Amino acid sequence: MGEIKPEKISDVSEQVEDTNAATERWQIEYKTQLGAEQAIHNRSGIEIKALYTPQDRSDTAYLEKLGFPGQPPMTRGIYPTMHRGRTWSQRQLIGLGTPEHFNARVKNMLKAGASALSLIPCNSVYRGYDCDQVEPELLGTCGTVVNTVEDMDTCLRDIPLDKVSVALNDPLPFTMLAQMLAVADNQGVSWSKITGTSNQSDYISHFVANHMFYRLSLPGSRRVLLDAIEFCTDEVPSWNPLSVVGQHMQQAGATPAEAMGLTLSTALQYAKDCQVRGMDPNKFLARFTFFFDISINLFEEIAKFRAGRRLWARLVKERFGVTDERLMRFKFHAQTSGCDLTRQQPLNNIARVTVQAMAGIFGGLQSLHTDGYDEVLSTPGEGAAKIAVATQNILKHEAHLCDVIDPLGGSYYVESLTDEMEEEILKVIHKIDDQGGMYSAVENGFVQAMIGDSAISFQEQVESGEQVVVGVNAYQEQEDASARPVLERPDTGIMQEQVSSLRKKKAERSQVSVDRATKALRETTQSEKGNILAAEIEAVRAGLTQGEIIAVLREELGFGHPLIVA
Amino acid sequence: MSKLRRNPPRVLVTKIGLDGHDRGSRIVASYLRDAGMEVIYTNPWQEIVSVVKMALEEDVDVIGISSLATDHLLVPKLMQALENAGLAHIRVIVGGIVPDLDEVELKKAGVSRVFHPGSSREDIVATVDQLAAQALQARPTF
Repeated sequence: MGEIKPEKISDVSEQVEDTNAATERWQIEYKTQLGAEQAIHNRSGIEIKALYTPQDRSDTAYLEKLGFPGQPPMTRGIYPTMHRGRTWSQRQLIGLGTPEHFNARVKNMLKAGASALSLIPCNSVYRGYDCDQVEPELLGTCGTVVNTVEDMDTCLRDIPLDKVSVALNDPLPFTMLAQMLAVADNQGVSWSKITGTSNQSDYISHFVANHMFYRLSLPGSRRVLLDAIEFCTDEVPSWNPLSVVGQHMQQAGATPAEAMGLTLSTALQYAKDCQVRGMDPNKFLARFTFFFDISINLFEEIAKFRAGRRLWARLVKERFGVTDERLMRFKFHAQTSGCDLTRQQPLNNIARVTVQAMAGIFGGLQSLHTDGYDEVLSTPGEGAAKIAVATQNILKHEAHLCDVIDPLGGSYYVESLTDEMEEEILKVIHKIDDQGGMYSAVENGFVQAMIGDSAISFQEQVESGEQVVVGVNAYQEQEDASARPVLERPDTGIMQEQVSSLRKKKAERSQVSVDRATKALRETTQSEKGNILAAEIEAVRAGLTQGEIIAVLREELGFGHPLIVA
Repeated sequence: MSKLRRNPPRVLVTKIGLDGHDRGSRIVASYLRDAGMEVIYTNPWQEIVSVVKMALEEDVDVIGISSLATDHLLVPKLMQALENAGLAHIRVIVGGIVPDLDEVELKKAGVSRVFHPGSSREDIVATVDQLAAQALQARPTF
């Protein structure tokens, strides 16, 4: 410790005296000119001062608090080269209409510079239904209808699974992953070459903050997730079966510090569950990833990410005894926050998304989704999605945000705020520890109440005008309807064809294989020993649809009703 | 008009269809509750038939449907179902991400008002209050 110091000071006492005198003079001048000022707080409740100086942080603890990129405590980044070596995956969420639509659009996105793809299924898929089981008006309006291996095959046509990283928005029980692994077999691609992430496998975040996904009961979800982590660790070693989602919590109203604290607590819960099952932290921790929201509060978000990264490195060491530095890497994807976007003067959202993206980049992300400016008006259209990708490219190439690693490191403000956010985040983690961990804190509604309270309190700040939102509670203007995007909706005829084709497939497949696979899936679920994901892969191969798989699991494991806390 | 009313407005706040994003519906429910109204709040994912049943059993004046991810497209079906059940006096409002073109369709189907992101508490509370008074006037007499 102490080899690196920002400056060599010859006469320390004299310097301190000068600094104190200068500070005092500034304080007096500041007070005289501004008078009594109302305190400013960030969204996490930390009071923000007008000026930060060397007195706000400890320079002597450089190695202990900051260190070097790729080395604990990881504050400055998880890789030695960070964005100089590899910038980030431009992972735009796409999903509209049929598998054919998706395939065409994803090829365009890859051409436009996206380096990884993300598949968002239709809400009917999220909720565990096949397309022939829901109101036809809703089909394909928010994502792609993917019910069978054939659908997945069409989605991924001409996309080499061994080269393009894939993110599946695949809530439990991992039916899309099962389908994709079957498609990889069809493509002749070895599972060991497949990279990407199962997003939305974090069932805890769904229970507390996002009721858009199908859910098995809490204990059932716990089993299915652990089966998948175990299966992937052995069979699909470069796949990340778990992405712990702080984004839902923050979108539902948690403050940035709460969202980070709850996310780390969730990850600790899953790690503990894996350990209890007998898995080796040295294996499974390497595949844990995170997914966060980036609000427009620039410095708070940067500090949130830096503090979260430092805490994770420390917590896995303290609680799981790992020493391999690679296991301490806090790998995260982030999405700019749709909650900050406004319907009023919608083109302003491009500026908001730019600032949010900057916060994520300065925070050291590994993967980024930038929202279309039209998100608040409708399901994002293709034109807006292109601007969102261009925004990332402009920040990268024209603004040169990737030239220096952790460029705000050492800023008096950013370092001080990182320390303070870390304290706030730790407070949340300790509160959850006191509840017996995240699983219990969700079971008893503690987390739901925390998030609900914060949502209301932020809304009150907007209402009172304490939080200015341009175009909403200030700077309102006559609306310019010409800025509104054209509505993209799937052709209802084409969606109807999708429904008919599924019905036809169901009628034509071998009932013997279907019955056999259904029975096997049921038996695996009933036995404590078998692996549910392995059984699902067999089931999709036999022609079972995702709706049918979920129906079996629901019967065996129970449904997870939301717990609404007033 | 509101002199006729002896009781505070009764409002059902719910979500139909597939999506369950409920930050908006929770906040609106708390606005209405804080304004002294009687709010019946449900889990998301309600089916139209269950909304109609609840509206009848709870004798509500206004139904608020929250939609983030295109579930508002089902609202015309809800309007029809309310009418079929003899509940045409109930006023329906929709809040959330509703594209302009869809708003026109919803209004045609009989929706009283669409609230977009950025709507104020005062506007929502006052509108629901007025609509509840209208519902009372329009209530069939036996």
